[in-house]
Amino acid sequence: MDGSPQQAVLTPRASPPGEAPIIEVLSAEKTFGNGTRALAPVQLAIEKGEFVSLIGPSGCGKSTLLKLIANLIEPTDGKLSWWRGDFSRVGEPGRRLAFVFQEPTLMPWARVERNVRLPLDFERIDTATANARVAKALEQVDLLKSARSYPRQLSGGMKMRVSIARAMVTEPDLLLMDEPFGALDEFTRNRLDEDLLRLSWERGLTTVFVTHSIYEAVFLSSRIVVMASNPGRVFTQFTVDEPYPRDDKFRESDRFGVLCRELSTILTEASMASRKPI
Amino acid sequence: MSQSATLPTSSATAKPVAARRVLIDQPWFWQVMAPLIVGVLVLALWQAACRVFEVPVYLFPAPTDIAEALVDGWASLIHALWSTLRITFQAFVLAVVLGTLTAFLFVQSKFIEMALLPYAVLLQVTPIVAVAPLLIILVKNTQVALTLCATVVAIFPIISNTTIGLRTVDPGLLSYFRMNKVGRSETLLRLRVPSALPFFMAGLRISVGLALIGAVVAEFVAGTGGRSAGLAYEILQSGFQLDIPRMFAALLLITVTGVLLFGLMVGLQQMLLGHWHESALEREH
Repeated sequence: MDGSPQQAVLTPRASPPGEAPIIEVLSAEKTFGNGTRALAPVQLAIEKGEFVSLIGPSGCGKSTLLKLIANLIEPTDGKLSWWRGDFSRVGEPGRRLAFVFQEPTLMPWARVERNVRLPLDFERIDTATANARVAKALEQVDLLKSARSYPRQLSGGMKMRVSIARAMVTEPDLLLMDEPFGALDEFTRNRLDEDLLRLSWERGLTTVFVTHSIYEAVFLSSRIVVMASNPGRVFTQFTVDEPYPRDDKFRESDRFGVLCRELSTILTEASMASRKPI
Repeated sequence: MSQSATLPTSSATAKPVAARRVLIDQPWFWQVMAPLIVGVLVLALWQAACRVFEVPVYLFPAPTDIAEALVDGWASLIHALWSTLRITFQAFVLAVVLGTLTAFLFVQSKFIEMALLPYAVLLQVTPIVAVAPLLIILVKNTQVALTLCATVVAIFPIISNTTIGLRTVDPGLLSYFRMNKVGRSETLLRLRVPSALPFFMAGLRISVGLALIGAVVAEFVAGTGGRSAGLAYEILQSGFQLDIPRMFAALLLITVTGVLLFGLMVGLQQMLLGHWHESALEREH
């Protein structure tokens, strides 16, 4: 058997990008108003079709980095580019971005179908087209039966599915997710991970995914960006050489265990490097 | 008979027992029955005390005296009630419209709220009995003056609740709207207004009672009689004439009206929020 750590599949990423990256983070840094340095200058390029996970100890700026990529906040210095342009062109066909929050962030007064339709209502898409797309998105997350329910009638996992459907209905090219399944139990989380992977694989999505979970990062990612704190920075990056589509077999394989152990070791190093200087 | 009670084999005797059980087991049954029993007991005690101690009717009338007065003076009392209700209704609508508009104004900018809120509070804390004479002198039309008085009393809960409601928006949803580059007015309509609805409804519940109180107090101060005399005038007149049962009858009408108006608002709240908001949901746990 080739289960020895020498057979490492977490390989350092060195190869130069092939085509123009979708996202480039060019020495972007962020210092908050109260003087907290959330992110030291970061260099990062994300290419089409990649599934990139950001992982690291709390306070490492992984959420800050994701929010910079979503343009929810602006960098204090440095810059970012989206499809080799600035943010103003994001939203045009081929440059669509969707964000899924830590919480489902649904409108409690609206039925599931209206929650999912919201981004289409923003775009003034006619009702017939919109409804067809909503039905398709709900089918993809297996929630067609709950279309007429209110969010409070759904479980945590189902609410998160609605939130994903609301992202998918916009037919995004880039999907940004901020610890979307952090509050769910492990069983539900595994199922959602599989569904997410299937969706993003089928659609050729580019995904940036913030997580706390080693298993989740290994299972989902084509690349893992490990971050460290004080100040928040990229510690190291690895590619996960396991072909897609992945399923339960991968999760149960020896290789998965090896990968998780390795990532765990690296994370320990990252948190050692995150200690505050005395 | 005793056999069928211990061994309910015959369906004819078993069914009524089951039906009675179901009625008593209903959660609302005691919710209705308990206060009803207290009410009946108090009325009975009141009636008995008046009769036993032979309390003169001009000091403290028995419930039957009040009922009699209510039936005897029904036409004029209902006319007065109608007049008071009209003032209440006008004031309530005015309070809702002006209060909501003020709240919208407040949430547009912190500066506007800072500048105007103290005056809204001033309006709230000044006793209406003190302001009413001034308003009645300043405004020529008494009906308008009365409506304004009641509006002043009823408007504050609307302003304050709606303002808080419009500000209490899920920050995640607000981020979502911002990320989608949604404009200010659309955010107001799609996000802030529905978020504010539960707070607004709570404001309505308080405000409708205050509008009635405001109307009655203003009528007291104005002391206007004539064709458009309200219930307060009935109470004043009955007091002068020592027609105490009639005074109680008018008071009873005001109370019942207040309760009904409150119930109406609860019903409206149930209708608008029943399907999603915790404040209007049945307890499930």
